[in-house]
Amino acid sequence: MNYDLLDSVNTVQTPEGVDIYLRVAGIWPRSVAWFFDLIIRGFLYAFAAFMLGQLGDFGTGLMLILFFFMEWFYPVFFEVLNKGMTPGKKFLGIQVLNGDGTPVGWSPSLLRNILRTVDFLPFFYGFGLVAMLMNDRFQRLGDLAADTIVVYVNNNIQSQSIPEYDHIKPAFNLNIKEQQAIIRYAERSQQLSDDRMIELAEILNPLDIEKGKMTKEKLLGIANGLIGR
Amino acid sequence: MKQAEFEKKYSPFWSEIEKQLRLDFKEASLNDGIADDIADDNIKVKKNKPFTAKPGTDFPEDYRLICHHLSLARTRHYSPLLVERLEKLVINAHQVFYLRKSHLLSSILIYITRDFAKSIRKEWRWVLLSAGLFFGAFFSMLITLQFYPDMVYTVISAEQLAQMESMYDPSQGKIGRERNSGSDFQMFGFYIFNNTGIGLRTFASGLMFGIGTILTLIFNGLVIGGVAGYLTFIGYGSTFWPFVSGHSAMELSAIVLSGAAGFKIGFSIISPGRKSRLLSLRDSAKEAVFMMYGIAIMFIIAGFIEAYWSSMSDIPVSIKYSVGVFNWALLLAYFLLLGRSRR
Repeated sequence: MNYDLLDSVNTVQTPEGVDIYLRVAGIWPRSVAWFFDLIIRGFLYAFAAFMLGQLGDFGTGLMLILFFFMEWFYPVFFEVLNKGMTPGKKFLGIQVLNGDGTPVGWSPSLLRNILRTVDFLPFFYGFGLVAMLMNDRFQRLGDLAADTIVVYVNNNIQSQSIPEYDHIKPAFNLNIKEQQAIIRYAERSQQLSDDRMIELAEILNPLDIEKGKMTKEKLLGIANGLIGR
Repeated sequence: MKQAEFEKKYSPFWSEIEKQLRLDFKEASLNDGIADDIADDNIKVKKNKPFTAKPGTDFPEDYRLICHHLSLARTRHYSPLLVERLEKLVINAHQVFYLRKSHLLSSILIYITRDFAKSIRKEWRWVLLSAGLFFGAFFSMLITLQFYPDMVYTVISAEQLAQMESMYDPSQGKIGRERNSGSDFQMFGFYIFNNTGIGLRTFASGLMFGIGTILTLIFNGLVIGGVAGYLTFIGYGSTFWPFVSGHSAMELSAIVLSGAAGFKIGFSIISPGRKSRLLSLRDSAKEAVFMMYGIAIMFIIAGFIEAYWSSMSDIPVSIKYSVGVFNWALLLAYFLLLGRSRR
């Protein structure tokens, strides 16, 4: 596939010689994820304060230790043990990975989260935002130092099988892009309404040799032929 | 090979791998019933532990095969959805395959007995600079206050000072608060929360070309020196110095070392040598965070000593001082001697 256009897709080559495409997450999803984590943490703080408050001085000590760990290591804990996803990130469907697409370990995760302090400066993630806007992988300073990226978890691919039709030979030879467009069209036939399918097919009418004969069924037939049914 | 044939041939294999990787891949209902069974299985196994490749299984081979299939699918311009399915498989298998494993216990032991001290020694220049700034500020404030005690208000507010005064008043029976084991633990929690946080911030602010670290070190030196100097001046030294002697070694050196780690990353941006600035930062940050593990442990030990040992007021002053000196000697020996290779 061609990704020459301006896009958030990052290509990483694996040692096996295959390119994998990682879609880096921008400022908005990351902010929302952060906000979610903030709320979750807020509840945890309140809960801990309430429960441990019953235990007197000992409880206060335990609470402070807990606060320390939640302030600095809440993201680290989840990023390392939960496939790069804090609860907020999981909700938004994004995850932290090493720059080469491998899962983050303790050191990079710790580093990016300790350096969050600097990203937060001079106020409310000022440096972090500027840094994110200045590189093509939306990395804040902590990400740059730790060589980590935040990407979309690609998890929602549904196979759409192409409805079976008797295959039809197109009126002229199609090039590869055209073939792919038609197959893609056929694959989406279950997501789109019938009207929309017909409407889309209509666009191709000027191309067809026999005037006005390009219909939804014909396109699906061609698609069947192309994939070799 | 046409796409349909290709899919038919390998789809069971992919489903198998998807099952192993706990991916929920939903086959459309138009396909035959086998797909539904797989989907059901997926829901069941999903609750189990995540899949990790075990040595001896043929996972590496499977992984390479999927990579191969993805390449084929791309070069043959198969449909985007098929390519996407394979991409997803490869990405997930890639993450399982390249999961960095380590033997936690042995690496912790090696770290404490060798690598930590080594990593600090390697950065001795930054340690010296950091110590110079911190102790420079500390002692100059301490000495200045013996002559111009009012200077203390430039770094510490009057309320804080009053609080300090009441804590270390020798006329009180007990130094500090009235304490039991519960409040000792409370203070332990506070020291971890506060001091370790300061250390981590000192380190992180090094990212700003080291300037943040310089400021944090000097500021902390001035404040700590201010408290010490002022309490000494008003004659509370007899309670203050024995109190702090025990944990001073751990706590002050942990601050200094955090500064050294901060300088390391700051300097790597200022002077990257033959690397690009970004690469230089990444490399040094990796080493610096390696130092920070040990420094964080030092802060916790310091907090522990401060909460449980320093607060014991019925121990003779001479023993308190001896322990303080002993701790400094132990710490210096640790950093100077450990992990040197024997010949």
